[in-house]
Amino acid sequence: MSLVSGEQIDGGLRISSASPRDYFALLKPRVMSLVVLTALAGMMIEPVKVHPVVGFISLLAIAVGAGASGALNMWYDADIDAVMSRTSTRPIPSGRIQPGEALGFGLVLSAFSVATLGLVSNWLAAGLLAFTIFFYAVIYTMWLKRWTPQNIVIGGAAGALPPVVACAAVTGSVSLASLVLFAIIFIWTPPHFWALAIAKAGEYGRAGVPMMPNAKGEKRTRLEMLIYTILLAPLGVVPALLGQASIAYGVIAALSGLFMLRLAIKVWRAADAEAADRDCKKLFGYSILYLFLLFGVIVIENTIVTVLRVMG
Amino acid sequence: MTEQNNDGIKLTPEQAKARRARNIALGLCIAGLCVLFFAVTIVRLGGAVLQRPM
Repeated sequence: MSLVSGEQIDGGLRISSASPRDYFALLKPRVMSLVVLTALAGMMIEPVKVHPVVGFISLLAIAVGAGASGALNMWYDADIDAVMSRTSTRPIPSGRIQPGEALGFGLVLSAFSVATLGLVSNWLAAGLLAFTIFFYAVIYTMWLKRWTPQNIVIGGAAGALPPVVACAAVTGSVSLASLVLFAIIFIWTPPHFWALAIAKAGEYGRAGVPMMPNAKGEKRTRLEMLIYTILLAPLGVVPALLGQASIAYGVIAALSGLFMLRLAIKVWRAADAEAADRDCKKLFGYSILYLFLLFGVIVIENTIVTVLRVMG
Repeated sequence: MTEQNNDGIKLTPEQAKARRARNIALGLCIAGLCVLFFAVTIVRLGGAVLQRPM
């Protein structure tokens, strides 16, 4: 008699059919790509230059740390993910990875990424990375998300910290410029996330997550999205005003900020639920482009400056 | 050993393929880590770290 019956071994153990791609999906690769870009901008915005190998490994550690917190989030939120269409195909709700496997994966990668960053750069950066993982996995995922409609406002701090961690990795301290980048991502998060939450309000409601649209209503959410975008548009220009980015960056940030504001006004003034839904999808898509544009310009112009300096 | 244990665990082709892919991915990750740690050792401590008195 075989010990194996289907995928289940006697005693509750199970033979895994998970592929490396499933484990990679636990790291939330799309979020990770944004973390890599914002961290790279945080690294480059200060004039201090580090050895490329040290910079690359620090960036890798920050990306893996962010991915580890994503895996811990998917472990804890598997029950919510299972009832929402957007997340029901994730590795845990679809049964490809067991919750315990995701927990172990997340914890090991968290420890590895923090230790690596500490050994390669410095322990201030490692401490900030550990705090980021803790804030996302415990404060946001386990506490705020199911408790308050302000969940993603406060929890947004975790997503905003990578430039600060990266800046600390190369300079050994937390600079004003990196805090400005933190503020941009922090203020960007509510209009970005609530645009999605309005489109998916019913699903969040059924899952028991008190997102702003299903807890306080769509009208109030649309007003708050507008207020945050009014704050965001000028904030995006601040790196240029501080002299940490070029005038070209300032012009691009101002124009793209005004366009985002225009979309937020359209969302706020939407005549009916159908129009609001359509405009929210537009705002959600554009908000991602906006953040990529701002941080992408910082990375590109600093790369050009570095290349020109190396070429003499 | 009992007859029951001799049967062992028979993996389905899908499970065997997934296990092989996981093993290759793990191997590549460990090899990559070795390269990274070697590179950062040379960068942080300098090439002279390899020339130590016997």
